[in-house]
Amino acid sequence: MRDMTLDMTIPDSATAPALLACQGLSFDAGGKRLIDDLTLAIRPGRRTLIMGPNGAGKSVLLRLLHGLIAPTTGAVLWQGGPLDRAARDAQAMVFQRPVMLRRSVLANLKFALTVRGVTGAARAAKAAEALELARLTDLARRPARVLSGGEQQRLALARALVGEPRLLFLDEPTSSLDPASTHAIEDLINAAHARGVSIVMVTHDLGQARRMGDDVIFLQNGTLAEDGPLQDVLAAPQAPSTKAWLEGRLYTAP
Amino acid sequence: MFSLTDILTEALGLILTWDRDLSEIVMLSLRVTLTAVVISCLIGLPLGAMVGAFRFPGRGVLTVLLNALMGLPPVVVGLVVYLMLSASGPLGVLQLLYTPTAMIIAQTILVTPIIAALTKQVVEDLHAEYREQFASLGVGAFDRIAALLWDARYSLLTVALAGFGRAVAEVGAVLIVGGNINHVTRVMTTTIALETSKGNLELALALGLLLLAIAVIVNALVMALRASAVRAAYA
Repeated sequence: MRDMTLDMTIPDSATAPALLACQGLSFDAGGKRLIDDLTLAIRPGRRTLIMGPNGAGKSVLLRLLHGLIAPTTGAVLWQGGPLDRAARDAQAMVFQRPVMLRRSVLANLKFALTVRGVTGAARAAKAAEALELARLTDLARRPARVLSGGEQQRLALARALVGEPRLLFLDEPTSSLDPASTHAIEDLINAAHARGVSIVMVTHDLGQARRMGDDVIFLQNGTLAEDGPLQDVLAAPQAPSTKAWLEGRLYTAP
Repeated sequence: MFSLTDILTEALGLILTWDRDLSEIVMLSLRVTLTAVVISCLIGLPLGAMVGAFRFPGRGVLTVLLNALMGLPPVVVGLVVYLMLSASGPLGVLQLLYTPTAMIIAQTILVTPIIAALTKQVVEDLHAEYREQFASLGVGAFDRIAALLWDARYSLLTVALAGFGRAVAEVGAVLIVGGNINHVTRVMTTTIALETSKGNLELALALGLLLLAIAVIVNALVMALRASAVRAAYA
């Protein structure tokens, strides 16, 4: 019995087994190899950033990890098992450009709950809670597509979190937002992280990386340049491409 | 001898006094066409949405077929339905030939491919925008179709309108399977054709004016609805 209770304790995140991992992951499109033989692990309870220059394959990697596209070779593993329906249900994603259903703010949230089988009073309560959290309560009846860009992204984030995912993917969620809206989004992400949601986020913004990152995965041309705790990588980048990126230089492979 | 002004005056008189024969014909026209459009929507909307949103074997063939059927000649549809429903035909026992039901069947066959093909186009465009979000949320097949149809609702109103326009103005199919029988299967278009050939131009023109008015009113209503939808960014 004692062993079992021990197993139930929250493991130290630095040494915990991977929440999500990929092995020998490759993805081809249009005759080009966009992701090439990637092996990496996402640790639970961490905020992992995916960084790298344009065309490095950041967004593609996010979609592979979330199961939106199927890898050409290799596999994505969720807690050591396959990325099946149950695993997908434990994940959520916020896209660079928020996809707003042609309905009210509230109806957008209710839709995400309905497809998860949450209905009736429970749905109303969760939707109201999500609105409150995203500070959208006053806009509940407003058509979602007339909201400002920042409000739309807050709604997209609230909608992704309403299904209570264990892992949240974000693809440059603040790339087209002003500083105030960016701040609001970062607060919401950190609040979710504080509630135990693991975060995997693509970002171009070094300032945001310093504010938000625990771990970093640095990609170059679809391959892993380097990864590890963000502080270590920023303090002493090992890969030439990471060094070049951090110094604001264009890196050309030798 | 007649002058155009006299005919026009008499035609307007028929409309303004709401002549009994005239109203009977207009009402049957609307009943037949609206019923056909409703049935076509019940079949064509989900069918078009499925072809628009799902990838499956035979999808290309089905798309070509639906697009081709959009241009079905009404007289051919009339002929085929006639053969099916005639006393010696496979459905002859139903005794539906020369009834409004036969006309509804013929117009449904004409309009369903139009609704389905246009719905497919609308839903395909919307699905391109929603696809990744739906996949991420884990939206099932049924929920996906329902959500796409609901979110495309204002565009689909225009689709239904296109079907209505085709059906209400069509003469060949309803003439063949309805027979243009007075007080039974006489609708606006068949009456216009018959009365014109008989030289009874007042009634023909009155019906023609009403047909135009119906087209204008229905279009205006749909446009007004769409305009309010655009303001809410729902369209």
